[in-house]
Amino acid sequence: MASKFTRGLTPSQTVGPFFTTALTASGNNTFVSPVDNEVSGVGQKINLHGRVLDGNGDPISDALIEIWQADSQGNLTSSDFLGFARSDTSSNSESSYFFTTIKPGAVNKSDAPHISVIVTMRGLLTHVYTRLYFSDELEANQQDSVLNHVPENRRATLIARRAENKLVPSYHFDIHMQGENETVFFGGL
Amino acid sequence: MASIDSSQNPPFIFADYKSSLLRGPMQSPIDIVELYSRNSETKIGELLGSLSSRFAIGELDHDLTRNVCNEGEPLGERMIVSGRVLNQLGKPVPGVLIEVWQANASGRYVHKADQHEAPIDPNFIGVGRCISDRDGQYRFCTIKPGAYPWKNHPNAWRPQHIHFSLLGEAINSRLVTQMYFPGDPLLSLDPIFMAVPASARERLVSTFDLSISEAGFALGYHFDIVIAGGLSTPSEDDGGHG
Ligand SMILES: [Fe+2]
Repeated sequence: MASKFTRGLTPSQTVGPFFTTALTASGNNTFVSPVDNEVSGVGQKINLHGRVLDGNGDPISDALIEIWQADSQGNLTSSDFLGFARSDTSSNSESSYFFTTIKPGAVNKSDAPHISVIVTMRGLLTHVYTRLYFSDELEANQQDSVLNHVPENRRATLIARRAENKLVPSYHFDIHMQGENETVFFGGL
Repeated sequence: MASIDSSQNPPFIFADYKSSLLRGPMQSPIDIVELYSRNSETKIGELLGSLSSRFAIGELDHDLTRNVCNEGEPLGERMIVSGRVLNQLGKPVPGVLIEVWQANASGRYVHKADQHEAPIDPNFIGVGRCISDRDGQYRFCTIKPGAYPWKNHPNAWRPQHIHFSLLGEAINSRLVTQMYFPGDPLLSLDPIFMAVPASARERLVSTFDLSISEAGFALGYHFDIVIAGGLSTPSEDDGGHG
């Protein structure tokens, strides 16, 4: 396929430190982004939150997190559902991102439900892509072809942990850019 | 390989760009394209569908000189930047959400984290958006951004640039980049620009284009943007990919 390409890709550059005014709803009140941190649709409402940590284990307060997901039936495209949202880690003192969304269905019957996550920030020259799986989908996770493709000792970096005793199911998902628990990032999409 | 093609994109860790050292992943991304082709049931790419109908774009959103509705006009050199969004086959990509942000003419952002001691312009916030049309065309009217200092190394200055974010219908088409200006002496001193492989750097530099300029009003720059993805959707099959 590559031989048919007539145009080279426009290279990536860092999102820098000043993106919130343009890209996230927390940025300003004058010119609000059309993309916010909510996905709405039919299904089980859930909350997602977490931090992005650098190689020293310090939380990063200027990261942009985007989620991209199927609806509760596992459909990625449908006219009445937009499975895309953005959050950033600059709006609270814990440097957490936060989404409200719905639990996605599995896109392929043999795989587990997941949410695609795009992460970028000052210091990152090209964005990274990872996946969030759910700790309460143990059985489905064991069957998932992408998770099974990941070395076993790194799979835990892709599992969001469900908090107990929350009215709305709430999942915690930290993203480690480096270190012992470096999150698995994917390529070759 | 799209979003991390190392022959066309900068590396995660680039020694001259200090903040990449603790933030760029150390491990190689795990390639899952092979996995998709083994399992025909698995969809390659992940699709949102056309975005043009999803987001309400205001009539003035593409015009950074007018979209904040204040008393007067922003200071600085008026300019138009326009071009097409294309895929790697050179075909136009319609319906891509393009969001831009930039410093004002003095090199200052309207952002709480920008501590550069240069004036804020009450008539300019430096943010715009539009959606590529059926020919992949986009157009912004703005003010030429100023260069600004940063703390990467002593006497470090960012070349004049406009930040671009492109969101298409496939997840692997996501692009965040920066557009630069021709002949800027700061380019060869900028680690963010220089992190791009030499053969691909010029793709980030706009060209001055008199045909985009508007006589008596604004200078014109041309900047085409080539995004990955969109090759496996039915609408692209007539493009004859292999
Ligand atoms: Fe900038």
